[in-house]
Amino acid sequence: MRIESKQAFEEAVKAATAVNDKRTREIMVCCGTGCLANGSQAVADAFAQRIGDLGLDVKLSLHAKTTGCHGFCERGPLVVLKPEGILYTKVKPRDVDEILEKTVGNGEIIPRLLYRNPENRQPIEKYEEIPFYKHQVRVSMRNIGRIDPASLDDALAHGAYAGMARALFELTPEQVIAEVRESGLRGRGGAGFSTARKWDATRKAVGERKFVLCNGDEGDPGAFKDRSIMEGDPHAVIEGMVIGAYAIGAREGYVYVRDEYPLAVHHMNLAIEKAKERGLLGKNILGTGFDFDLKVSRGGGAFVCGESSALMRSIEGKIGEPRAKYIHASDKGLFDLPTALNNVETWSVVGQILNQGGAWFASMGTKKSKGTKSFSLVGKVKNTGLIELPMGTTLRHIIFDIGGGILKNRPFKAVQTGGPSGGCLPADKLDLPVDYEVLSENGSMMGSGGMIVMDDRTCMVDVARYFLNFLIDESCGKCIPCREGLKQMLHIFDDLVEGRGKPGDIERIERLCKGMQLGSLCELGKSAPNPVLSTLQYFRDEYEAHINDKVCPAGMCRELTTYKINHDPCTGCHMCTRVCPTDAISGKPKEKHAIDQQLCISCGSCFDACPEEQCIVFLPKKDIGGAHATAGN
Amino acid sequence: MPRLVIDGKTVVAKEGTFLLQAAREAGIDIPTLCEHPAVEPYGGCRMCLVDVTRPEWDGWSKMVVSCLFPVEDGIIVSTKSERVMNTRRVVIDLLLARCPNTPLVQKMAAEYGIEKTSYVQNPEPTDCILCGLCTRVCDEMGTSAISSSSRGAGREIAPPFNEPPPDCIGCLACAEICPTGFIKYETSNSKRVIWNKEFEMLRCPTCGRGHITKAQAAWHDGKVPGRYFEQCDACKRKAQAAMAVTLMGGSQIR
Repeated sequence: MRIESKQAFEEAVKAATAVNDKRTREIMVCCGTGCLANGSQAVADAFAQRIGDLGLDVKLSLHAKTTGCHGFCERGPLVVLKPEGILYTKVKPRDVDEILEKTVGNGEIIPRLLYRNPENRQPIEKYEEIPFYKHQVRVSMRNIGRIDPASLDDALAHGAYAGMARALFELTPEQVIAEVRESGLRGRGGAGFSTARKWDATRKAVGERKFVLCNGDEGDPGAFKDRSIMEGDPHAVIEGMVIGAYAIGAREGYVYVRDEYPLAVHHMNLAIEKAKERGLLGKNILGTGFDFDLKVSRGGGAFVCGESSALMRSIEGKIGEPRAKYIHASDKGLFDLPTALNNVETWSVVGQILNQGGAWFASMGTKKSKGTKSFSLVGKVKNTGLIELPMGTTLRHIIFDIGGGILKNRPFKAVQTGGPSGGCLPADKLDLPVDYEVLSENGSMMGSGGMIVMDDRTCMVDVARYFLNFLIDESCGKCIPCREGLKQMLHIFDDLVEGRGKPGDIERIERLCKGMQLGSLCELGKSAPNPVLSTLQYFRDEYEAHINDKVCPAGMCRELTTYKINHDPCTGCHMCTRVCPTDAISGKPKEKHAIDQQLCISCGSCFDACPEEQCIVFLPKKDIGGAHATAGN
Repeated sequence: MPRLVIDGKTVVAKEGTFLLQAAREAGIDIPTLCEHPAVEPYGGCRMCLVDVTRPEWDGWSKMVVSCLFPVEDGIIVSTKSERVMNTRRVVIDLLLARCPNTPLVQKMAAEYGIEKTSYVQNPEPTDCILCGLCTRVCDEMGTSAISSSSRGAGREIAPPFNEPPPDCIGCLACAEICPTGFIKYETSNSKRVIWNKEFEMLRCPTCGRGHITKAQAAWHDGKVPGRYFEQCDACKRKAQAAMAVTLMGGSQIR
């Protein structure tokens, strides 16, 4: 039934909450992309089927639902049992009967499925007590993992559209913008432009039609926060966009989602359809006379289409290439009409800001960066996943308290923030509070909120090369500095990691970086040198070692590194021979092993597999000499 | 009308024009590789970069491409500042690596003191500088028969699926606008071949020369007055000249 008045909205929320309150026992199976890949759909199906077999009375109070990403992807499939908040990790369909029988039936905990603190191996029952969750403050992700993204009623019961109702029933568009201004909200896509200023400019721009757009073209390697929001709480995005459209005076909008996110596309479409059915979107929203139509536009998967002007061209059906932005999108954006484009995460917090007030949002964060920020924490860290924290949290807190520290307790080397436009920060920057200004001042950027943690076995030259390799295919190729510059930069880096570096390479790199920064058309090209420049800034000695000594200090560049087994510590455990892809390691079990340098490809698998200290070691290839001595020179 | 200063010279520009045009009208040369008066500016080659500042910006300036930057009152433009020249030098050096044998590129590189690229030379030299003039003219004509394909380092100009382009009318606009002669074609009085597509020619009723493809005549049909394309351009000019002579009383124009 369509909701057509304030009273009707309140009643609908009440009804949805009442249904929710009856469900004294809820089983929430994470069906975000990460857990789905680990087989969570089969777990969800098994719960649904087993509960279906039980009686009706039980069914009303016992409810199993599939939710969006809980964030702790590392341990999936995840199942949370309410009301206690028990978290079971790595759940298999065969565990379902036991969970229903023991935990649901008798309130008994199944220790086998609990998360264990990696420090002391102690099991932790409740998810809010797990360090990964304990330190988080969730605003944009507050309903993800709590609601069934396919159910509008479930979203209503959890506070969705309350901010929109307040905006439409109680505030003028100017007051909405004022509330957002008070919140200090800045663009979560990475650049950090003031959302209120953007809306205000678009509101004041002259145009017969205006648009609001949502950028869901998240493409940075290792970033998945926007995907999780669209998959897990699409209503938060819709709510934010309706509020934005109302503030700006737009009647049309698009959510631009990359097509590699099929579940996000599906859930967005489903949510739009349901919101329209109930009068929360489309014509005459909540009976206020305000019309706003929203469509999903699927992107073809070009990274550059996350750039605002390329995104707009793509929605227009043209080739997704950036164009010069001397005239702002707020004046001439989509179809050359006034347009406000915001990131998924930005839209997802707008409803909360309107519901709880700008001052509440601004009470979190730092002086210039307010509120919370989501990050995709990945790389060589114990707890990988999706997190949300107040701005200003230190990198150390994120990596060591929430992330649980570095895998295998190896030393921390660097953290890469901001994706291919960002940079790497070394250990002495760990105590920096994370906000827009601090990150840029230190040669990195907020970017999409990707955070890739690196240990001592990471070659920083190779990291920069990785991002160049990514960008060389993702540059649109329209302008010369980006297209040709990346190609030439990669040539230099290939030489460095393969032992052909020569004096003057660093200066050549720096000159090329400068040309790309100043000369490129869009931010992709302008910021492409960032991974190179930040690694040069903090790890120049590694570059010099590659060039002058033909040595990779991290032992990762294959052409420069070789492996050797020290006889004394070798116990003949055979772990290395099992993982060696070229059968280069000889030795019987319990006897000393040796590596045949002719067969060894320096992949390092043996090093990672070896349980002993100082047994397998890596050395510069030139020190070993022989047929495999350093290529070139 | 906006008044601006370009390289120390006060220039009064037409409202709504771009900086490049204003500079050229004032006799100040800015190099370009992807600009052509027949098509909309593109901003791809980056050679027309200039520095723009204002007195109140306190020494800070921004680099913009002049082909797309709208003239503003009171701006101070430098077309040859050190960083502008350095950036152009990087750009043309990079392009020379891609197109080492292309005279247009060689000439412009030489103007920036570069005889040989300092980067790794393209093992498969090409004359295509990816300026996009061909695809833009094709697009603005309304045919859109060719476009750029692939991204990044693999970008190239191509018809769809590298097959003879179904929408091509054989008008040769792409080949004519190409600044390096990269787009090749063959044409005779009976047939024309471009992008591996063969066209039948229509002959001029006056001189008998094959001057337009049948496909192009059909495409223009209804868009331009009557039989405009029946006669070739040379014969049309002759006829117009003859008419002018008649109108002026039949005396020879000296």
